[in-house]
Amino acid sequence: MATTSRARKRPQRRSTKDGKQLLTYYRQMLLVRRFEERTARAYTEAKIGGYCHLNLGEEATVVGLMEAITERDYLFTNYRDHGYALIRGMDPGRVMAELYGRSDGVARGWGGSMHLFDTEVRLLGGYGIVGGQLPLAAGAAMAISYRGGDEVVMCQMGDGTTNIGAFHETLNIAALWDLPVVFVVVNNQLGMGTTVEMASAEPELYKRASAYRMESARVDGNDVIAVRDAAAAAVERARTEHKPFLLETMSGRLRGHSVVDPATYRDPEEVQAVQEQDPVATLHNHLISEGIADADQLSAIDAEVGEVVAAAVEFAENSPHPEVESLFDYTYATPVPNDSRRLPADPLFPLDPTAGA
Amino acid sequence: MAVITYRQALHDTLRAEMLRDENVFLMGEEIGRFEGSYKITAGMLDEFGPRRVRDTPIAEEGFTGIAVGAAMLGLRPVVEIMTINFSLLALDQIVNHAAKIYGMFGGQNSVPMVIRTPGGGGQQLAATHSQNVELFYAFTPGLKVVAPSSPADAKALLLAAIRDDDPVLFLENLALYNTKGEVPDGDEPGEIGRAAVTREGSDITLVGYSRMARVALQVAEKLAAEEGIDAEVVDLRSLRPLDRETVVQSVRKTNCAVVLEDDWLTYGIGAEVAASISDGAFDWLDAPVRRVAMAEVPLPYAKPLELAALPSADDVVTVVQQTLDAVGRRSDRARAR
Repeated sequence: MATTSRARKRPQRRSTKDGKQLLTYYRQMLLVRRFEERTARAYTEAKIGGYCHLNLGEEATVVGLMEAITERDYLFTNYRDHGYALIRGMDPGRVMAELYGRSDGVARGWGGSMHLFDTEVRLLGGYGIVGGQLPLAAGAAMAISYRGGDEVVMCQMGDGTTNIGAFHETLNIAALWDLPVVFVVVNNQLGMGTTVEMASAEPELYKRASAYRMESARVDGNDVIAVRDAAAAAVERARTEHKPFLLETMSGRLRGHSVVDPATYRDPEEVQAVQEQDPVATLHNHLISEGIADADQLSAIDAEVGEVVAAAVEFAENSPHPEVESLFDYTYATPVPNDSRRLPADPLFPLDPTAGA
Repeated sequence: MAVITYRQALHDTLRAEMLRDENVFLMGEEIGRFEGSYKITAGMLDEFGPRRVRDTPIAEEGFTGIAVGAAMLGLRPVVEIMTINFSLLALDQIVNHAAKIYGMFGGQNSVPMVIRTPGGGGQQLAATHSQNVELFYAFTPGLKVVAPSSPADAKALLLAAIRDDDPVLFLENLALYNTKGEVPDGDEPGEIGRAAVTREGSDITLVGYSRMARVALQVAEKLAAEEGIDAEVVDLRSLRPLDRETVVQSVRKTNCAVVLEDDWLTYGIGAEVAASISDGAFDWLDAPVRRVAMAEVPLPYAKPLELAALPSADDVVTVVQQTLDAVGRRSDRARAR
């Protein structure tokens, strides 16, 4: 196949059913947008620590991809994972509580922004090491195939990941073993400050799949329907034919690499071009121009989403910090003798000045 | 109870666990058609087929990570990494992923997998194929690391490792594969996290693991026969968790210790054991704790250089004698020899 869907400036005219669907997607995209904006604020207020990477500018990609997989499928992502968690169905309050490092967080405050994980919605991580999630996702697909199941694994990554060894090792094995996994390269054209052209000898990243005789495609990541349809086709093929697929989505990053990055290295014209393709604003205008909704209706959706985000923040603010007593609870799943439960100033052996000779 | 080799004990245990549990499967380079570089998996492909005995490409990071992902969904992969040197190519998946997934996600998902891999020099394989880097894994919370020295422990600890819900690095040793010993029938797993006193004695404690635990036993017998020295031997068996208590109890009895290790001395596993003895038996010690470890060089190919660099039984004898001499506890009769 190795097709490239034509980049579209904006979604094309669609039926009423599509219109209702678009409104739903708009609400989801707006949830990601407002959640991330609020997250950035909480980070600057020092409510959130560590690294914090936002999905701003990737909302159509996130929503389109999540629409293509079912509840029983599995998802692995990189560290830019908040939007995926929300749309996959994690409770926004528990996601925000994780960013706050609180005990009600989805990972009990152990993972933070980069490591959202919830077995309930089969999002098996948020991974902070570039490329680390690829072998894991292929392994999950191998387990499905081993058991003869028909679930599919979606594995999201950034453009910079296509240069790391794990990418190539994993794609090779996934193709060799017919694993039901869809790899998605979210190409926002920047790996931190490094452009795709600076880092990749083949900058049309989807073409790299051809080295493994794996089918692939590139799609406009700012078009939620196009992303959904391309991903759904790849997922269906993985499910029925047990073949992996590489999908590349093209979008832009509206902010820095992480919240603290002012992105001074970016060309103002490039930033402006990305802003002009802002998927949320584009869809907003489309919904009005196509008569699917009016400005008041869209404002009402915004207000409703704002309440969800405010409630998530309130939940996080009120969630307790994890108890220090729980520090040693998650080293091992199977208890083991002589497991160290020593705090930094604790002695290895009881202090006993009268012992010995 | 049968007398079999370490290799046979591993083979038989893998086979029995494959028969017992459909979720157990093997993967690694050359384990199927080639029957394993060291033939641990001989006959397995024929018996279980390619679904459960998977030959992988030469892609340690890829296939080790695939095993981690498969374990996350409840399978019990047993990965063979041809030698521990090649595990360095999979460090990211072992240290950053297998070891972290249970804790970093708040205990939601365990990773029940085993990585079997042999260490050891002495085969003239030169610098990149003769290392003992188990320390890297023993250093990492979230992993369990076992290093059996006998066929019986190889069986017991492999059973424990496969049935454990955490990632276990199972250290084998090239020099141990052909060694023989009694192996109990049945399928009682050993206990990860426990050392064993494999020889009781009163004069000095020898601490080792894997090949050097076996060398310690040989040295102890030699010292008893030739010099009347009664050495106690502690086989660590588990490098993480480390059973400090058993080591310290022994040293509190013998009042001196020598630590044996195949890895490099500086920052090595012996350093941790010696520091633990200092913590737990400082007031009982009659002599400084000495370590017998590999010379700190990339191991050379040429036989005389390789032999000089690797710790030997004679090296251990020398250090034991020096330690006992220093505290006047070696008999005049023995010194005169």
